[in-house]
Amino acid sequence: MRIVANYKHYKELNEEIFQAVQAGVAELTLEDVNGQRFIADCLKGKLNIDIYGTPGNDLGMFMDGPTVTVFGNAQDGVGNTMSSGKIIIHGDGRDILGHSMRGGKIFVRGDVGYRVGIHMKTYKSNVPIIVAGGRAGDFLGEYMAGGMIIVLGIHNRAKKAEILGDWIATGQHGGAIYVRGNVDDSKLGNGASQFPLTSDDEIAVKKVLKEYCHVFGLDLESLLDSEFTKIAPLSHRPYAALYTCE
Amino acid sequence: MEMYSSVPEFRVIIDRQACRLCKRCIENCSFGALEWRDNKVKAFDDRCVACQRCVSMCPEDAIALRRTPSAMSAHPIWTENARRDVFTQSRTGAILLASTGNELHERVIFDNLLLDACQVTNPAIDPLREPIELRTYIGRKPRFVELEELDDSLKLKTELSPALRLEIPIMIAQMSYGAISLEAHEALARAAVMRGTTMGSGEGGLHKKLYPYADHIIVQVASGRFGVHPAYLEAGAAVEIKIGQGAKPGIGGHLPGTKITEEISEARMIPVGADAISPAPHHDIYSIEDLAQLVNSLKEATRYKKPVLVKIAAVHNVAAISSGICRAGADAIVIDGFRAGTGATPKVIRDNVGIPIELALASVDQRLREEGIRNETSIIASGTIRNSGDVAKAIALGADAVKIGTAALIALGCTVCKRCYTGKCAWGIATQDPRLRSRLDPVEGAQHVSNLLLAWSIELKEILGAAGINSIESLRGNRDRLRGYGLDHTMLEILGVQPAGS
Repeated sequence: MRIVANYKHYKELNEEIFQAVQAGVAELTLEDVNGQRFIADCLKGKLNIDIYGTPGNDLGMFMDGPTVTVFGNAQDGVGNTMSSGKIIIHGDGRDILGHSMRGGKIFVRGDVGYRVGIHMKTYKSNVPIIVAGGRAGDFLGEYMAGGMIIVLGIHNRAKKAEILGDWIATGQHGGAIYVRGNVDDSKLGNGASQFPLTSDDEIAVKKVLKEYCHVFGLDLESLLDSEFTKIAPLSHRPYAALYTCE
Repeated sequence: MEMYSSVPEFRVIIDRQACRLCKRCIENCSFGALEWRDNKVKAFDDRCVACQRCVSMCPEDAIALRRTPSAMSAHPIWTENARRDVFTQSRTGAILLASTGNELHERVIFDNLLLDACQVTNPAIDPLREPIELRTYIGRKPRFVELEELDDSLKLKTELSPALRLEIPIMIAQMSYGAISLEAHEALARAAVMRGTTMGSGEGGLHKKLYPYADHIIVQVASGRFGVHPAYLEAGAAVEIKIGQGAKPGIGGHLPGTKITEEISEARMIPVGADAISPAPHHDIYSIEDLAQLVNSLKEATRYKKPVLVKIAAVHNVAAISSGICRAGADAIVIDGFRAGTGATPKVIRDNVGIPIELALASVDQRLREEGIRNETSIIASGTIRNSGDVAKAIALGADAVKIGTAALIALGCTVCKRCYTGKCAWGIATQDPRLRSRLDPVEGAQHVSNLLLAWSIELKEILGAAGINSIESLRGNRDRLRGYGLDHTMLEILGVQPAGS
């Protein structure tokens, strides 16, 4: 089914999407999307949504199952508090992408903004995954409690721009961030440190990147040619010694 | 050197003649203050928190607890507490944790407010014979209603916002599963169902055992987003965004990994043993516009069927902030005063940050009225509502309803020993220890909380009847029915209340 978003208010657009999903539509194409917010908010089950244009903030918030593909850039809050499913962005993502995400995958072809993957968490088999093809801004993985973030810096190498912003993984107490290339310790916030990749890490990263490369038609081998850096927490209880009582 | 730690706050006095050495007190003490030594019960006074568990469990009434006022030489400024705190921090270099509510400011403005009653000129109403309405709707009210005339009836044309229907204007506050036990959570949920009101999930998700009561549960979305998923949002009667709480304004929360049991882990959806960290801010809210975005995303998620509440701590600029929250689309604003309770908070924050609920409430109500938007949101007040008098006064100051936390826990058996943060609650309330939890029967507990709510409801009707008011709505913001007694001019002005006698 095809819906032209054009200048519709997000309420109207999302109601149309909701009604279509209720009616059993499993393949949706949204065209001329112009910053409408909350697309695929809290949608569940097997469902494909292709988006042409620029979806607005909180794309796929609370989402549990669907696959959303954006042929363009996305704005802030992609996959906010998302439970499962997949969001593929063929352009850039912006700030707080994957905030408090607890499952599913977000694959971004280009760069991501500030505070990406903040407070992501793992629960049993739910392991949220974010892959950014370009660079990531400040506060990546702050308070990260679980899951996996991979930053590839594919385009930044030529430009010699830095792959990561500052204050990476401040307060991290779970999960891991893998960065293609070297990371200066000065980039890390309190609570996180650099570790060598174990063979398990390498297998996990390769598995995710295989899927990522398949989605975007990239060459896996050339990506895996480079060294990866792992950023992980020093403790699962970073603030255990902060408190006392009578 | 360790002098202070050897000066206990309480003394356990055991009547050796009455004691029949049954050891029940030892089994019941979860703080390790009683041990079996040399064929008798030995008390370790320094571990006693005066929770009264041993006292009430002793079959011979052989135990009494005494405060030890003479333990330290008196000083009006360097109180025992002040000295103890300095001592503890000088030995640990850490933040002092505390439970329950503000202990530094004893004054409760509610106690300086007096309710009105009818005499001669207008009749009082007898609530035993005449109906008095306590039903309260929480949510956005239309500015006006449009009706369509049909042949023999009227049809409402105005589209109403979703509202919470409460049979009484008293709700049970947000206390998380994790801070309190599953049994306590279940008892509160059952009580909410019994009295036609709501309880709050707190920010720790909802155990599957609580889902059958979910149409009486307001599910909370806090900065940690623990246990927030579609089924949780869809189950609740309403969704509450927690920005802050009165016992720790501006502070996040750390549920220590030691308290993340298998079941808590399931409800919060985080690994067993890892700290559950709620950051101080929501990372997707840095402005009123961002708050509006979260409010709207939750309305979208629940297809506009549920009210979205926003809870804040009463802080200095509470009126302006509330105006923003109302304009951000919140169907209700929950204001938590600076005396509000908690399971754990830094003591310095608990005792020094925020403002009293009475002043916050009056100024928010006034501000929203002045701006002509009071109908667009409900106001819910919390933070030491101790009795039905406080409920009536809060409503007269402008609240649509109140929330009770500590009072509900006291109904469950809490003795306010102020050690919630230890997780050793001897009454099975603020603990995850299966042995301690089994002491609290959710069905019996629910009955106690329900009784309390019933008693307060009857008293509220008496208060309303005495004032000649037959509906709680007519008391809301009706400050003319309040008088201040022993309050200074400025405070009266902020409260919008006349002094007694005027």
